[in-house]
Amino acid sequence: MSARLPTGGRLLDRSQPLDFTFDGKRLHGYAGDTLASALLGQGQMLLGRSFKYHQPRGLVASGAEEPNALVGLGEGAFFEPNQRATAAELHAGLTATSQNHWPSLEHDVGAVNSALTRFLPAGFYYKTFLWPRSFWKHVYEPFIRQSAGLGKPPQEADGSTYEHFHVHVDLVIVGGGISGLAAALTAGREGREVLLIEQTAHWGGRAVVDAPQIDGQSAEDWVKSALQELETMANVRMRTRTMASGLYDHGYLMAYERVSDHAPATPGPRHRLWRIRAEETRLATGALERPLSFAGNDVPGVMLASAVRDYLVNWAISPGDRTVVVTNNDDAYRTALALYRAGLAVPVIVDARPQVTGALPQAARDAGIRVEPGRAIVKVDGKKRVTGVEIGLQLGEGGAMEHIACDAVAMSGGWSPAVHLWSHCGGKLTWDEAQALFRPDASRPPRGDKGQPIASVTGTANGHLGTAAALADAGLELDVSEPAEEPMAPVWIMPQGAGPALKRKMFLDYQNDVKVSDVELAAREGYESVEHAKRYTTLGMATDQGKLSNINGLAVLSGALNAAIPATGTTTFRPPYTPISMGSIAGAARGPLFQPVRRTPIHGWHEANGATWEPVGQWRRPYAYLKGAEDRHTAVTREVQAVRNSVGLLDASTLGKIVVKGPDAGRFLDMIYTGRPSSIAVGKCRYGLICNENGFLVDDGVVARLAEDTWLCHTTTGGAEHIHAHMEDWLQCEWWDWQVYTANVTEEWAQVAVAGPKARAVLESLGGMDVSKAALPFMTWAEGELGGLPARVFRISFSGELSYEIAVPADRGMELWEALLQAGAAHGVTPYGTEAMHVLRAEKGFIMIGEETDGTIIPQDLNLGWAIAKKKEDYLGKRAQERPHMADPKRWKLVGLEADGGAVLPEGAYIMAPGENANGQRHTQGRVTSTYYSPTFGRGIAMALLIHGPDRMGEMVEVTDGQGGAITARVCDPVLYDREGERLDG
Amino acid sequence: MSTRRYSAFALAREALRDHLGWQRAWAKASPKPRYDVIIVGAGGHGLATAYYLGKNFGIRNVAVLEKGWLGGGNTGRNTTIIRSNYLQDPSAAIYEKSRALYETLSQELNYNVMFSPRGVMMLAQTEHEVRGYKRTAHANSIQGVTTEFISPERVKELVPIIELKGPRYPVLGALWQARGGTARHDAVAWGYARACSDMGMDIIQNCEVTGIRSEGGQVTVVETSKGEIGCGKLGLVVAGHSGVLAQKAGFRLPIESLALQALVSEPIKPCMDVVVMANTVHGYMSQSDKGEMVIGGGTDAFNNYTQRGSFHHIEETVRALVETFPMISRLKMLRQWGGIVDMTGDRSPIISKTPVDGIFVNCGWGTGGFKAIPGSGWAMAELMAKGHSPLSAAFGMERFREGRFIDESVAAGVAH
Repeated sequence: MSARLPTGGRLLDRSQPLDFTFDGKRLHGYAGDTLASALLGQGQMLLGRSFKYHQPRGLVASGAEEPNALVGLGEGAFFEPNQRATAAELHAGLTATSQNHWPSLEHDVGAVNSALTRFLPAGFYYKTFLWPRSFWKHVYEPFIRQSAGLGKPPQEADGSTYEHFHVHVDLVIVGGGISGLAAALTAGREGREVLLIEQTAHWGGRAVVDAPQIDGQSAEDWVKSALQELETMANVRMRTRTMASGLYDHGYLMAYERVSDHAPATPGPRHRLWRIRAEETRLATGALERPLSFAGNDVPGVMLASAVRDYLVNWAISPGDRTVVVTNNDDAYRTALALYRAGLAVPVIVDARPQVTGALPQAARDAGIRVEPGRAIVKVDGKKRVTGVEIGLQLGEGGAMEHIACDAVAMSGGWSPAVHLWSHCGGKLTWDEAQALFRPDASRPPRGDKGQPIASVTGTANGHLGTAAALADAGLELDVSEPAEEPMAPVWIMPQGAGPALKRKMFLDYQNDVKVSDVELAAREGYESVEHAKRYTTLGMATDQGKLSNINGLAVLSGALNAAIPATGTTTFRPPYTPISMGSIAGAARGPLFQPVRRTPIHGWHEANGATWEPVGQWRRPYAYLKGAEDRHTAVTREVQAVRNSVGLLDASTLGKIVVKGPDAGRFLDMIYTGRPSSIAVGKCRYGLICNENGFLVDDGVVARLAEDTWLCHTTTGGAEHIHAHMEDWLQCEWWDWQVYTANVTEEWAQVAVAGPKARAVLESLGGMDVSKAALPFMTWAEGELGGLPARVFRISFSGELSYEIAVPADRGMELWEALLQAGAAHGVTPYGTEAMHVLRAEKGFIMIGEETDGTIIPQDLNLGWAIAKKKEDYLGKRAQERPHMADPKRWKLVGLEADGGAVLPEGAYIMAPGENANGQRHTQGRVTSTYYSPTFGRGIAMALLIHGPDRMGEMVEVTDGQGGAITARVCDPVLYDREGERLDG
Repeated sequence: MSTRRYSAFALAREALRDHLGWQRAWAKASPKPRYDVIIVGAGGHGLATAYYLGKNFGIRNVAVLEKGWLGGGNTGRNTTIIRSNYLQDPSAAIYEKSRALYETLSQELNYNVMFSPRGVMMLAQTEHEVRGYKRTAHANSIQGVTTEFISPERVKELVPIIELKGPRYPVLGALWQARGGTARHDAVAWGYARACSDMGMDIIQNCEVTGIRSEGGQVTVVETSKGEIGCGKLGLVVAGHSGVLAQKAGFRLPIESLALQALVSEPIKPCMDVVVMANTVHGYMSQSDKGEMVIGGGTDAFNNYTQRGSFHHIEETVRALVETFPMISRLKMLRQWGGIVDMTGDRSPIISKTPVDGIFVNCGWGTGGFKAIPGSGWAMAELMAKGHSPLSAAFGMERFREGRFIDESVAAGVAH
């Protein structure tokens, strides 16, 4: 059983005991513990269940690479599943729960015993569950889904907050081990702006555990003095708990700071996403130790040798009384020696190499530790805990020569540089035969837009496993004293000649239960590409993203294919390095800050007066104003009638207003619009259409000429930004030599439509400028004063009534609105919303962008040919509109429809035609584009597009009812209200 | 004796001999001097084309050439959504054909592609979207595609983790296709590859096409990194690189290439059984059988050939989905990746003859090609074998010259 030793633990503060719970059990640890070390300190070795077989699993690693020890942390709105116990710092009251088992971690009925796992090899699900067909959805899949999935979903909305930082520095260094510190010292002394980040809470990386002598002092002291010097430098910023998650195009680096996971009571954000633009990015990300593949290497108690050392040195954890060390290199002997020095037993060091002669092995032998060269662990005994190992020949087939009782195994298969960030953006790797590892190929770095390298690698991450070489690579030539290491042997599986029975128990990917036998099966079945093998077996696809398994799996695959490892290649490294919270990605842009609502100056009044809202673009517009117990339909009816019979007010401030000015403005607008705005006289208005290059109608609105060289273009609410960008696109990319300026002044003005037969009376009672028919006829505008407010008054109408749109500076908008309400009180002035506006315009037969158009409609379809200047040489969309399909007489054209009995036709309905097409679909001949109940006519009205429509007035057609049936409707003129336009002109 | 056919019984038998008897899923092949038909691109669409050439038309002297590893392009990078609730007739026809073929694909291929008709919903979050989806439901009702417009209450029943109130964009309803769903993307490529190989076709991986030669306007030879190969007909089915291949054949395609990204969360226990697409806020999400939340969004804004993408787009997508499904804020992004999609002017595919006789092209599936694989292969095979296919008729590339767009995006649709 693992236990806490009475002394030691360089990170522990034994004066600060902390209580926490694991699966409801109350346990104790110390400040400085991780959840992992605290659990080990309390003898809790079994920490999770694997994904596929629900096998019992314990800690393998001590850092970010841990695949097994995933727990749920926190409760309620602060619960988070799948947290690595090795990366969770202990704090008082921490609540952890184990995952993926039922009913308990100790007794999981989902556990598949080893006799059954042989029926569930890699990809077994591709070969079965085929019959009966309906069983996949109803039986097999639900079962698979339930048994997979690891942690429980959070049940509540997130209670934490998050934020983004944007940083610009000369140099960002990733990794706070000695290489990163050395690189920071070098750059800091040169005066460069440096940001140094480290994913854990501590500086110094492995050196402080492995304890070489650096520059005449202990590694611990060297790190301390380096930190002291760096802290004096104003140009160096340092952050712990900050993990570089991904390197993106142009060297954009993303880092994930866990601000308060270790101290949840701290006010402020939980996570902070650093978005770093650096002139130079240096990766000092170190290396990860590889496991060895032997049967039973997944039994709780089998750990990486470096992890055993970490737990011992940093947290005073004994992994067990008797720890067998198994290795293919010298480094693992450090673990044996550390255990020995701590007074723990190391019954044997099993070394796969035939000769073992290095300084570290010698030190082990001198300490009286038994070293067995050329040997392998044939098999680990034990289920939920290691009870012993069987030892045999590495070159053999698995015959056990000796049983050794032990309760822990420390393994080392060599080291792999953490090359993830280097590779994210296209950096290539080279295979280092001597050390059996992939390291960055400096000649093929990730490159920026000009072909320049966007990152470099330093230290251990660059393949320099020795301390002196790593420091030198980072720019510091220092005296280092540490034992020389003899070459490792590229041993991947133990023993070399193991048969299927053993290979079935050699785990490569612990979390996803991928074994050596699975990778070999993939190769046998032709899944030879490393990507195929990965996907077929799920190797490296678990939450650790293969940090421990990828290279081992690759070696096994290469072996099965009889190919060299570099020829087989690696899978693609993808961000993030370790998983980052969705909350941190979303940042502060949540709730009210997620696409903030744009508000007109009159928004507050709407809110206070019963507005029921409709989201339109980024705005929210009143759909209608509910009075008392009114529902939407009643309110809309009342509002429409008020406009028709007296006068209504519409907040039209959201409509786009773009000023176009300059010597070439007229020429420019003649290209943008299908008509000829250049011919509008100053003081006049004209309706205009905008098409895209494909000829399709994308926006409409009234254009007013403000001055000789200035026009004001009204757009739809949703179109303002889009049309402004469209104009700028053409100006900047095509007509860059034209002298035209555009400005989107939508928010500069508040605009109110005053519509209805009493509109003029209301304005006149406000007092000010002359708004008589003679002074201000239809489709003109004037500037003046109205009710004491500076105003532009446009005689335009979207309702079919006598109508004025009054624009005042935005900050006077509320004054205008109040004044109009007051002036109109005698006439029962009625604010109306978007739906009444829709109904009014439909009664009048005015089209609406987004209803009559959908991106496939040309003006000619809507009988708007009159708004096209036919003699004009060119406009955007003209050439496209001349293409055969656009000129096809069979295009659907705008008509009105009246349903039998005055019913309201369903929205989106199609007009059917006899017969079916070659694909068995019912023929159609048109569709309903707008349909409303018309209070004015007391029945349903509709606009539609219909083949040869304008020639078919009075004809009956069949419209889909959406239930498989049909509704009969009569084709009619789309203009139902005031066909002569007398009211409009009035 | 080795094992070819997959079944529970075969699995049990192989288990007893350590799975040593399984045959290769597809044979290793090197190029013959000539084939009746060469398909370039061993993704889902290319392999399906080859499969239906063999199955429906008996054309089996076929090679499928692949620059990298089969299924390694967009087939292996997408978010696996299958639906056919399209608006325009030609789209609904081919996607519904495809969806129907997916229903029985596992049995037909003897390879479990895990088609899971769990239902797909597209949220309506503005009045404009409500009208748009009602229109689609009407169109579908006469196209033979079963969809319905459902209420917010029904949405919540189907997706308990959703936030209906928004608050920014309240859920006003959804277009629901109960027989839409997902499938295991790799398995679709592998299953077709295995079936093609069984018909005697050659699937040749790591074989890059370097040139295409024709004589008298008729294609004759494909130059590859593994030598020259003669052919009677040539199908180019290489999403992401269609323009590059067309250039080698001497014609241009109306296509832009853009990076499309996706991401997955760490796996969690089942909490969402259906696929949800939220187009107003630009994000969609489903939960894989492994438990990962599979998330996708829109394309990057700039043309690109690198199979990764900008972080900004990931941010936009995640932000949208955190608003829609607040609980995912405390899940973690496990992995993000990208693929290159072909975009046409109307965002609909091209399945077409080309200016060179004997060369056919199948491309432009944009962001939604996976769902179309069986139908696309079916139509492309028919076009290549017979010179005409009702399913592909509307998707010819001459439509851009004629202005006969098949626009599903209704991009210009904006509300007043």
